[in-house]
Amino acid sequence: MKIHSEKELTQFAKNVRQHILKMSTNGGCFAGASLSMVELVTYLYNNYMNISKDLLVSDERDFLFLSKGHAVPALYGAFAELGWIDATRFNNHLKIKDDIYWHPNTNIPGIEFHSGSLGHALPIAVGVALSVKIDKLNNKEIVILGDGELNEGSNWEAVMVAASKNLDNLIIIIDRNKFQANLQTEHLLPIEPIADKFLSFNCGVRRINGHSFEEIRQSLDDVPYSYGKPSVIIADTIRGKGIKEWENKADKWFCNISNDEYHLLKKEIA
Amino acid sequence: MNSSITNYEQLIYQLCQKDLSLVVMTAENRAAIRNIPEKLGERFVDVGICEMTLAGAAAGMALRGKKPIIHALAMFLTGRAFEFVRTDIGYPKLPVKLVGYIPGILSTANGATHQAVDDVGLMTGIPGMNVFAPADIDDLLICLPQIIESDEPYYIRYTDNPKIINHKMQFEIGKAEQIKDGINVTIFSYGPMLKQGLIASKKLEELGISVRLFNLRTVKPIDTEAILNAALETQLIVTLEDHFESTGMYSIVCRILNSNRLFCPVLPMGLKDKYFKPAHNIDDILLHEGLAGSLIANRIYDEFKRSK
Repeated sequence: MKIHSEKELTQFAKNVRQHILKMSTNGGCFAGASLSMVELVTYLYNNYMNISKDLLVSDERDFLFLSKGHAVPALYGAFAELGWIDATRFNNHLKIKDDIYWHPNTNIPGIEFHSGSLGHALPIAVGVALSVKIDKLNNKEIVILGDGELNEGSNWEAVMVAASKNLDNLIIIIDRNKFQANLQTEHLLPIEPIADKFLSFNCGVRRINGHSFEEIRQSLDDVPYSYGKPSVIIADTIRGKGIKEWENKADKWFCNISNDEYHLLKKEIA
Repeated sequence: MNSSITNYEQLIYQLCQKDLSLVVMTAENRAAIRNIPEKLGERFVDVGICEMTLAGAAAGMALRGKKPIIHALAMFLTGRAFEFVRTDIGYPKLPVKLVGYIPGILSTANGATHQAVDDVGLMTGIPGMNVFAPADIDDLLICLPQIIESDEPYYIRYTDNPKIINHKMQFEIGKAEQIKDGINVTIFSYGPMLKQGLIASKKLEELGISVRLFNLRTVKPIDTEAILNAALETQLIVTLEDHFESTGMYSIVCRILNSNRLFCPVLPMGLKDKYFKPAHNIDDILLHEGLAGSLIANRIYDEFKRSK
């Protein structure tokens, strides 16, 4: 696998943000939650996972499940940059003639499983991880969870199961952007201390800056943190990252912008 | 079916030996699979009392080419985990078999919390999901190999009740088992209610009414041909089920008749808009709810005389 430089990753991330911005027009998308996980997605697909255009349906591949499905523009942007889908399809965003809508679906190459209803991907990844163990293989299963999504009880069921079954091939990444749909997470059901919660559920835990490629690299290289335990990476991020007007703004969960705004903000990312 | 097989667990183990992609999972319900864990090793997974994770993890297993057979109490499998079954198993049509324990009347003295009397409605309502409801242990053992072999998702209303009759050994998915032929009234039943259908049909015959009796076996796909023929060839259709009439076979049969422009009176024999009175003795429950064979016979007799 080619290891991409920090400079290459930075450019890739910028391009992904441009695609997210494009999908914020003509009906819009969940831009805030997409922008916060751009560096995570950029690093995972370029420098970590065993995945490529040729491996998309191979049994050898590593699996990524996006539990916070509404952030799928970040994945679609990455897939366009990887050459898995044609970026011109983003002109069809939300149109009946294509399959690029608000939540992920498997008609788009690279999407492992549909999502959108929160709290589903971790149980599914647990099943994939169990199956990989039964077959005595080493494929990794990566789940990206939203922090607000931790309100859903099914996540905590699945974490207990993952730890009890010693699923050390499972990596749970929490995009800790500190917001949910309408509010800051700590203003509704406070979820801190998150690290302590996962430690007490018998997982290995790291906390990193989710926009630092170096910290992302280090946290992934060290997996598993504990022998026989799932690894949890709490990635502190900024919702709306990359577009100053949108960063940490409670009302920038969903963004639907005019063409004029689009051209203005495009320059900001570039 | 191998004649040496006498229970569910033996059959499941035999199928697992033949098909290495089968895995057995449970949400800590082991009543029917006590000896499976040690025999299957890693291919047996107990996720604990986590029905949502059971359904989701089964979908994950199926994504990797496994064919999971998953076990939990029927109400919690179809109710508590409904959205996981709908979204993660039904929508992508993954080959997961959901085995629900103590469905319908079989929850006896547990109370409304455990009464899966809306499970058939919930499961038939999921596009791509199929429903199998055997009448007794023999019926289960005859049909199960084909169900398990299928690449489609199935909900199985589990029963290990002793055999009611000698069943037909041939089984075709979507084909009801015809128990009796008759010209006046057709009774469709699924699951252990077949026993009440048999009692009712005997009594009706003593009263001079000829009864055609079916054991549906699969509620979805349902035997449309048998339903249409019943409307054409007999004067009254009875739907017998331990389930809410509103979302059960009654509504399915009425929809099929209507969409085929066939008009035949349909008498529902199921649960109205309420849960049944819990008790340990099933016969007492059936009497209390008006679903005992003798009571059904009286209601059918009156309706038949009235509609003639």
